[in-house]
Amino acid sequence: MIDQILTASVFAAALRLATPYMFASIGEMFGQRSGVLNLGVDGIMLMGAFFAHYVALSTGSAVLGVGAALVVGAVMGLAMAFISVTLKAEQGISGIGVYLFGLGMSELLFQRLVGTPRSVEGFTDIYIPGLSDIQFLGIGEIFFRHNILVYVAFLLVPISAYVISRTPFGLMIRAVGQNPQAADAMGISVARVRYMTVILGSMLAGLAGASLSVALLKVFQQNLTSGLGFIAVALVYFGRWRPVGILIGALLFSFVNALQLQVSAIGLDIPAEFAVMAPYVITIIALVFASRQTEKPDALTKPFERGE
Amino acid sequence: MPRPHARAWFDRLFDLFPPAISLFAALAVASILLIALNANVTDAYVALITGAFGTENATAETLVKAIPVLFVGIGICVAFRANVINIGGEGQMIAGAVAGVAVALGFGGQMAPFLVVILSLIAGFIAGALYGGLAGFLKAYFNVNEILSTIMLNQVAVQMMNFLLNGPLLDPTEAGTNHIPKTARILAEIQLPRLTIGWTDGVELFARTRLHYGLLIAVLLAVVMYVLLWHTPLGYRIRAVGFNERASRYAGIPVRRQVVLAMFLAGGCAGLAGVVQVLGLQYRLQTDGSPAGFTANAGFNGIVAALFGGLNPFGAIPASIFFGGLLVGAQNMQRDIGVPASLITAVNGIIVVFAVSSQVFVRRRRQRRLQAESPVTAKLEAVEVAPRKVEA
Repeated sequence: MIDQILTASVFAAALRLATPYMFASIGEMFGQRSGVLNLGVDGIMLMGAFFAHYVALSTGSAVLGVGAALVVGAVMGLAMAFISVTLKAEQGISGIGVYLFGLGMSELLFQRLVGTPRSVEGFTDIYIPGLSDIQFLGIGEIFFRHNILVYVAFLLVPISAYVISRTPFGLMIRAVGQNPQAADAMGISVARVRYMTVILGSMLAGLAGASLSVALLKVFQQNLTSGLGFIAVALVYFGRWRPVGILIGALLFSFVNALQLQVSAIGLDIPAEFAVMAPYVITIIALVFASRQTEKPDALTKPFERGE
Repeated sequence: MPRPHARAWFDRLFDLFPPAISLFAALAVASILLIALNANVTDAYVALITGAFGTENATAETLVKAIPVLFVGIGICVAFRANVINIGGEGQMIAGAVAGVAVALGFGGQMAPFLVVILSLIAGFIAGALYGGLAGFLKAYFNVNEILSTIMLNQVAVQMMNFLLNGPLLDPTEAGTNHIPKTARILAEIQLPRLTIGWTDGVELFARTRLHYGLLIAVLLAVVMYVLLWHTPLGYRIRAVGFNERASRYAGIPVRRQVVLAMFLAGGCAGLAGVVQVLGLQYRLQTDGSPAGFTANAGFNGIVAALFGGLNPFGAIPASIFFGGLLVGAQNMQRDIGVPASLITAVNGIIVVFAVSSQVFVRRRRQRRLQAESPVTAKLEAVEVAPRKVEA
């Protein structure tokens, strides 16, 4: 039975399903490292998913769809940054507002502009020449037959790790998130860095939505993400604010998702509810342990007030 | 400097500012959206208002929708007053509904109906309270961000409910492969009675509508929680912790216990929302499998209502009736002029954003006020209150 469940296609599906988590979560990580908790990710994802789908539907180009998702993500990010950095509003609650806005707005636009769920052609799988034919352990099928966004998402792990820990921009982000007073005294504009990270993170959230609506599922419907964005926020804690940790967490969730699809596909009588529940319970337990860690940015959720 | 009385009066007026501002801002944004949708703005608002309050039945439906929002909102007032951001209304509501329906089905017909109802309500409160208290406990003793834990617990509760409604609690007459996930119907004698209001010449208002006694229970709960928050030592401690955690600790208040208690009470209120929805309206626990299948997002709307009501249980009453009206009126708007009802979800989001953003101005004002009265307190305030701390 176990060889029926753990097939190469399940592992391949797990990698594919990890894309939205990774885009959204790595984006959220940038914001949190600079001290801003953006809880509106799910709403931004929904807006990105809708616009990507709508543009892809009307122009026939998935690439233009992704572009639209990035733009709408940036706009939502600008709004979120204005609310949490300039107005200094309580980040947890205002994020819920942004979420509700995205949830309602994406459905409103969908009903007005599209109506019934329609599928788009979207991105097709790219078989990496040579590598995709490797039969050994199903490596070719698992790793090298995916759509472009899957490859981009995995490339984002080393890139973002490098940006955060090895570049001046990354140093600024960490300084602002760890000790904004000191960063301010050094002449770094706390507000500007936070605007940049929140907008960057929101663009990635928009991309995460697009990865659902033009690459993975290729449809849009009401509440397409069903809370995936909130998991992405938790994964940042789970992954201890590091891209590699986030990758592990994203794979945990996506693997369980893939397993669950496979179990129901081959008709096993296991209550699916517990499988769906498991990653949430694991995340809560992980949060208990993560809270004792010191990696958390000190200024997370604290608006910066310059002392006079 | 104006006379002290005039000044106090003005300050009080100013405290009403955030809700009013957020309402007008939300209306403005909604109007822009309506124009963008090519809808006639006046027609849309007329359809919204008549849909919500135009007829006796419409008003009753508005109140019916307001009931769970109010229960959750009252709890949110308690939690947010302790500076605990409870996003777990959905999950706590489900926990309450599951426990309540189990008691109602298990004891129904075996003891006095009145007792079963009371027991069921208590079970719903306690289940919701324990579920909320769990998040409070994790925050207080393990430093787990309550926003994240409550969101995760929401999902766990949805799955647990789906499991129970497809198995142990499934209506026996529904067994089969393509059943609807729902429990058996609770006995007629333990259903909350319909609520009617006696009118002058023997006419009963709200007769033949779905309005039920849950409304009275909710209003009663608002009174209880108001008294608890502002007229008992417990409420004082909860508010003190929310206002200034460090000062509370120095004053000898066990901060952790207040955090757990606040979440316990908030969860209990949401749990009551769930059980009352079962006893008063649906007469069974039923879902469509989606996260909001049972709650209809009341757990989130309760947050909006609480903020809109100024985090005061009494303020939550008109606020939730307002949101009930929005929800019911939006359906009418969709039928009459074809504007999707999801507009209201978007508007709710805008109200939340404006409500929290405008609080910042009130806070700054309060600080200036304190500065004038006592510079030292103001300085403490500036340190403690301005960057409101949410431990993660």
